[in-house]
This record gives sequence, C-alpha cells and structure tokens, in this order.
Amino acid sequence: MSAGPGFDPTAPLTASGNLRRRQAVSRAAEIGATAAAVAAIAVLALIVYTVVSRGAKAIDLDFIFTGYPTGVGPMLLGTIVIALVATAMAMPIGVLIALFLTEYAGSRAAGPLRLTLDLLNGLPSIILGLFVFALLVDHKQQSGFAGAVALAIIELPLIARGSQEVLLLVPKSLREASDALGVARWRSVLTVVLPTALGGIVTSTVLAVARAAGETAPLILASSVFDPKSFSVNPFEAMPNVPVWIYKLSEEGNPEGFTEAWGMSLLLVSFILFASLGARALLARSKRKLSS
Amino acid sequence: MTQAVPSRLRIRPGDPATAAATAPTFDARQAPEHVFEARDVSIFYGAKQALAGVDLGIRHGQITALIGPSGCGKTTFLRSLNRMNDSVGGFRIEGSILYHGHDIYGDQVDRVEVRRRIGMVFQKPNPFPKSIYDNVAWAPRNLGLRRGLDERVEQALRGAALWDEVKDRLKDSALGLSGGQQQRLCIARAIAIEPDVLLLDEPASALDPIATQAIEELMHSLKGRFTIVIVTHNMQQAARVADRTAFFSLETAGPKPVGSLIEVDATEKIFASPQDPRTRDYVSGRFG
Repeated sequence: MSAGPGFDPTAPLTASGNLRRRQAVSRAAEIGATAAAVAAIAVLALIVYTVVSRGAKAIDLDFIFTGYPTGVGPMLLGTIVIALVATAMAMPIGVLIALFLTEYAGSRAAGPLRLTLDLLNGLPSIILGLFVFALLVDHKQQSGFAGAVALAIIELPLIARGSQEVLLLVPKSLREASDALGVARWRSVLTVVLPTALGGIVTSTVLAVARAAGETAPLILASSVFDPKSFSVNPFEAMPNVPVWIYKLSEEGNPEGFTEAWGMSLLLVSFILFASLGARALLARSKRKLSS
Repeated sequence: MTQAVPSRLRIRPGDPATAAATAPTFDARQAPEHVFEARDVSIFYGAKQALAGVDLGIRHGQITALIGPSGCGKTTFLRSLNRMNDSVGGFRIEGSILYHGHDIYGDQVDRVEVRRRIGMVFQKPNPFPKSIYDNVAWAPRNLGLRRGLDERVEQALRGAALWDEVKDRLKDSALGLSGGQQQRLCIARAIAIEPDVLLLDEPASALDPIATQAIEELMHSLKGRFTIVIVTHNMQQAARVADRTAFFSLETAGPKPVGSLIEVDATEKIFASPQDPRTRDYVSGRFG
C-alpha cells in the first residue's frame, strides 16, 4: 500500500495527469456513436426524399385506378390480393404457434421452436421463392397463390414471435383465475388470453404484412408473367403485382417507365411506413392497457 | 403416495382433544363432517421440502384459517387443496389429501373438475379485463350454465355484497373498480358457479382496512353455504372470522427448516389457551 493517495488533495480541481487525453477519447467515442445514429436516420430520410421527389409527379387518380399503360391499378390490386391470401394462411398458424409457445410448450420444446422461427425469419427470400417454385410452379404454372405461399412463409415467424411476446404479457394471474374456476384451458385461452392480447396480435400481423408486401424475389419466380392491363382477382393464375412491376420497369430503358416505377415505390413505401407506425402506436396502447 | 381411496364420505367422529375443544362453540351432537382430510402430507419443490407431515381435517360449512409466519407452507398447503400447484415446476406431493373421501391426487382425477368444485380467490384481485357482468358470467357460460344467467350473476354479486354498488354499471370494465370492489368481484366470480369449497389466499392483504372489513363481513355471510379455508397473515383476522385455526410454522428440529402444522383447534382455543409453546409465542406476538 502506498502512503498517500498519489496526488495532492489540496491542488485546484482542474484536469490533471492524463485526464485531458482520456476525456478527448471519450468525446470522440460519443461523437462517433452519435454520427452513426444520425446516419441511420439520414439514410431513411434520403430514401423517402428520393422516392417522394421522383415518384410524386407520377401519382394521380388514373395512375392508381387504371391499367397499363396509363396506370398501375392491376398491380396494386394484385399485391393486395396476394398479401391478403398470404396473411389468411400465416395469421392463424402464426397465432397457434405463439399459443403453443406460451401456453403448452415446456421449456425443452419452446427453445428449439423459437430458434427455428428465428432461422426461418433469416432465410433469404429468394430461397423461399425457389422452394415455392419447385413445389407449386415448376411443371405447372405461375400463380398469385404460389407467391402468397412464399409471402406466408415470410410472415409466419414475424407473426408467431410478435404474438408470442404479447401473449407473454398477459398476466399469469389471469390464467390462474380462469384455472381456479374449473374451466378447461383451451376455453380460457380462447375467451380470456386471446382477447386480452388481441391488440398486439393484430399489430404483429400488420408489421408482417408491411414486410411481406414489398418482397420481390419470390414473386419474380411465382407470379411474374402477367398482363399489366387486366384487373385480376384470381389467385390461381399469375397476378400483376407491385414489386415485380417495379423491377420490370427499372430493367427497361424507358424514362416514363422509371417515373412509373418511382410512383409505385412511393405508394409501397407510404403503405409500409404508415402501417408500421400505426401498428407500433396500437401496440404501445395495448401494452399500456395490459400493464395498468 | 399410493393410498386406498374410500368411495363414500368419510366422517371422523372427532378425536378426544378436538371434541372437547369444540364442545362449547359447535353443535356437539353431530360429529364434524370433514370436507378435506390431509394425511401425512409432505410437499416438495424440486429438492426443497416446503411442508412435512401435515395431518389436518377441514370441516364442512365452517371457516378454517391457516396462520403462521412467512414461508411456513400455509399457502402451499392451500394451493395443493385444488391442485393449483400442479403447474409449478418441480412440485411433488407425498401422503394424501382426501376430498369427501376421494384422493385429490388420484389417478383418475381431473384437476379441472377439482377446481370446478373447489374455487379459489387470490391475494391480489385478478378480474378479467372484461365488463363486471362478463367477469361473473364467464365461468357459468363456459361450464354450460347459461340458463337464467342474468339471475345467476345478480345472485353472485348480491352474495359478494357488491350488487348495490355495481348494478347500474354492469357493462363497465371491471378494471375501473376499486381494489376492494375488485376482490369482492373475484369472490362473486368464484361463487357464481356454486362451488363446494372456497379457498381464500390472503384475500384482504392488498386492501385497506375498510375494504378488509367488507371482505370479512362477506366471509361471515358465506359461511355455511360454502366450506371456507383462508390463509391469512393477520392474526386478528383469523380470530374474527374463523371457526377453527391451524397454526403452521417452520420446524427447525431437522437438518433444514421445513414448514409443518404445529397445532389446530377451535379459534378461541388457539388464541386463548394454545397447547404448544410455539403457538403461544406466535399468537402473543413474541415472534413472526
């Protein structure tokens, strides 16, 4: 042990020793981190700005409600139908998986299942596209349904994990209350647990739809040979859709096509932004309701 | 663990000690009928033993209070009466608990059916995030008791001394009620399906004194209709509401302290002239 504290306790309280250098390093680290955070916001802002400035002039009523060459109505309709079909498949299964995770699975089954969902979530969408192509398109024909299956696989882990998080927020005391009333578990789940978590389940579904609506790779394989002039709601033939049409227009050397592609991009980005923000607001509200 | 399961009601003709104790307060002409008979019950959570060797009979239509210091296993014992501990990891029970002569933990026993007959009210009020009406109507609906539902809900709310306060806002959310009202709503919810037994796990410990008094008055009014077992930290509460009181404590004689039943008797006996010195120390406030 040294005899004293190693400094003169009576000296003025200004920086001494290597404190000046340490503070400089600390400031540099803070500036770097802040800059990175600003960059993230800047990237989003720049993308939105580019899309708006180039796409806004393409958008009018004809653009939204008529077919090629004056508008992209069939593509919008097709994307809506494909997303609806995909969600109709993914939502019930996703919610059931979430229920299994929170209500029925022991920790031995829940861990691997969660990992599986996360891995599924991380799969490149082109792989899902190929899978669906081999399963439903090869030797048959392209269809909106095949695309919807691929999008459903993309949505599934998002809905399952999102719903699971909200189901975990449902207080254990509510399950105890219904258990203690001598009512079978599935009835408690159906009439107490699910309604309590409904807000969060809807939210995670909306987020999943927002994510899936813009997926392009699976649709190039599953639903890309379509007629951009005709409005179609039949999912068993190739359906016009927004991402593939954006891709096609950008591949052509036609300036008007570029503008149209930007216009559709603007519609897609607006939908995704509004859906995500709205869903998050809804989730925050239902979480507050649960914790109060 | 394996015990013969008698198929008819078991009636114990009262051992001499308790018979003498109950003589002044209870109708001694009829032997007390036991709803529950715990026989040498030991409970474990994993490797930890929570309760050892409990022998306890719980009498029909009376209020039995379980008192004792924290961690002495009284809540564990209460929750094992309607198998609420089953979902707790590592839970294991030895000995047997007979309910009207049937082993609660028997092979053929369905725990949902057990809880249908043996209701429970918890320490913290836990109404469903539904309307007041739907809270009470939920269990009857799910058990197929749909006929005369409005009447059933009203009766349950009257039984829980809550009707006059909520009759004009049955459609409002139950979460808007005060803590004491919520707890009485939970009692109404439990009695709406007319169980045989009500287990109350410190039902007033989260409530203010006025709400506590309302709950205690409610218990008096429910007595007779239901067999009630209540866990309470509050000795005065046990003295005020219970016909019989069981004192649990930590038995420190063994290598590890473990919860056990020290003494059970008529409530006034437990508080006025307990047999065991540990009971005397506890009820006189010398520890715990």
